[in-house]
Amino acid sequence: MSENNNKPAVAFVRDTPIPASAPPSNAAGPIRWVQDNLFSSWGNAFLTIVSLYVVYVVLSSVLPWMLGGVWNTSSLAECRDVLNGRSAACFSVLSERWNQLMFGFIYPSEFYWRPTLAFFLMLIAAAPVLFFDLPRKMLIFTGLFPFIAFWLIWGGTILSPLLALVGCLLGYMAYSKLVTRTFAAGFFGGIAVATLVWWIGGLLIPENASENAMLPAVASRDLGGFMLNMMLGVTCVSLSVPLGIALALGRQSDLPVVKGICVIFIEFIRGVPLITLLFVASVMLAYLFPPDATVDLFLRVVIMITMFSAAYIAEVIRGGLAALPKGQKEAADSLGLDYAQAIRLIILPQALKISIPGIVNVAVGLFKDTTLVSVISMFDVVGMIRGPLLASTEWNGVYWELFLFAAILFFIVCYSISQYSQWLERRLATDHR
Amino acid sequence: MAETARLQVSDEVAISITNMNKWYGAFHVLRDIDLTVYRGERIVICGPSGSGKSTLIRCINALEEHQKGRIIVDGTELSSDLKNIDKIRSEVGMCFQHFNLFPHLTILENCTLAPIWVRKIPQKEAQETAMHFLEKVKIPDQADKYPGQLSGGQQQRVAIARSLCMRPRVMLFDEPTSALDPEMIKEVLDTMIELAEEGMTMLCVTHEMGFARQVANRVIFMDAGQIVEQNEPEEFFNNPQSERTQLFLSQILGH
Repeated sequence: MSENNNKPAVAFVRDTPIPASAPPSNAAGPIRWVQDNLFSSWGNAFLTIVSLYVVYVVLSSVLPWMLGGVWNTSSLAECRDVLNGRSAACFSVLSERWNQLMFGFIYPSEFYWRPTLAFFLMLIAAAPVLFFDLPRKMLIFTGLFPFIAFWLIWGGTILSPLLALVGCLLGYMAYSKLVTRTFAAGFFGGIAVATLVWWIGGLLIPENASENAMLPAVASRDLGGFMLNMMLGVTCVSLSVPLGIALALGRQSDLPVVKGICVIFIEFIRGVPLITLLFVASVMLAYLFPPDATVDLFLRVVIMITMFSAAYIAEVIRGGLAALPKGQKEAADSLGLDYAQAIRLIILPQALKISIPGIVNVAVGLFKDTTLVSVISMFDVVGMIRGPLLASTEWNGVYWELFLFAAILFFIVCYSISQYSQWLERRLATDHR
Repeated sequence: MAETARLQVSDEVAISITNMNKWYGAFHVLRDIDLTVYRGERIVICGPSGSGKSTLIRCINALEEHQKGRIIVDGTELSSDLKNIDKIRSEVGMCFQHFNLFPHLTILENCTLAPIWVRKIPQKEAQETAMHFLEKVKIPDQADKYPGQLSGGQQQRVAIARSLCMRPRVMLFDEPTSALDPEMIKEVLDTMIELAEEGMTMLCVTHEMGFARQVANRVIFMDAGQIVEQNEPEEFFNNPQSERTQLFLSQILGH
């Protein structure tokens, strides 16, 4: 620019570095915030006022209805007498029928403590799985929990859950013995041993073992209410995640048979409505089992919902697997890790982390889909409302309160799941993008 | 440098590749590769992109499968037997262009993972070894950070340390500096030079010709899936024989 000049203007040497300084503090405070966000222009001010009016109209009708609700009457007619023409909620249906909403209408009331205890034990069992900073020893209880919960809820002889536990343990021992040879040998060997134990044990347990059991037996068809939704939700989510992982890995397998089975399973199950599968579970599955084997309806429904959500979870996880750079597997391979180690230590931790939002999406959907069992005459919370409660002479016609209650129950659970998953994502964020 | 380096080269064969061929579908990527690497050799492989140099060294630890010919690493022949492949891979370290550190593990965990799971070394001992090699690549203070918090050069040095923790007998480098800023290339090359001086057997695909001159005892030039020329670095750079090599060298050294 000024090459001919004696003092070149372009050349420049910095002799003192510019010290770092704090960012400028813009005018803050609540008034500034309101100005910026609510009344930044005439149009926005107008929209703000209209929105406030809409909020007012909604709240002014809903709040008196909710806050003025009646909680302690024994029938709708009595509630209307108390309200005396005033428009307010009859929440007394909830307080009066609380136990039915929670446990169904057949579960023996003297045993309500059993599912309640199982519920709180479930919280303890789930804790080390959800929060991996907790001591790993707690996982032992998590492993035992399914058997304890089964015994508490269904009652009957303690021999059956014990037998199931022994079968699982022996199956696992066979698996870890054989897996050093090949994975397939371990997998099928473990299943074979467990099945054998269950079969022999089933023959050994006497027919009348349940008659004088410590916890009297309760049949599956007696289960109901929100308890049924929770049982189905927890069981199916915890079964479908591992099954989904297996399906996703199987779909990527080099073995054409494994891959084919997984693809057909996923595509078929995803292409069929859940309600169809539930009807199959309630009616048709009986034809597939041997005539003398009565497979429990609860178990059949669990199988169907699990298969359904596993197919979705498999696709979500496949997305996570596809998102990983190829170099991760290559690096694991180049260090000499075998397939199982590479998958377990390198691939899955990363793929699952990517898949968390998708898996949670499926889990939330699954939990809400458990209400579909009301269609095959199982009395979950929605089934209870639509059936015994609305059909009763006392409470015929209480729609808003009951369905609002069901909605809030589901919202609490689903929102907790969502909050947990967001915490988990933050906790696992190590990539510093 | 080159003089002492040549003296160290032994008669012991580390890798022997005979008549190796590889196809991607119908595309013939590697053609009749014959290569014997002696223990302690430092070989630089160069060539235009698509010439098959990366594929060649990826065949040595079976990241790529070869369809014809034999590859013998440390007396073990590469076959489709998985146990066999895992054994060879645990003896052969590899560094990648994009480092491929495990982002969900800390630097220390990256280094101890394979020794613990493959070599079954106790965690404590593995951590000591890892710290030893992290000191060697001059980043022991980053041990508890995650790869995403490190610069590219630091990540590549961690990747080298991670391979060294397996105490490999051969190291493969697949364009280790190609994804780095010029400032960081030097720190990685310095680490590699140090490794070479300690007598590690190295095969290095790189475009760093200065590194080749300084460290290599043999330079291999590949084009169209074939080894076109190989020679000592002095001869290779000053007196290239084939026309293709001359053209390549004039292009990469010409500016």
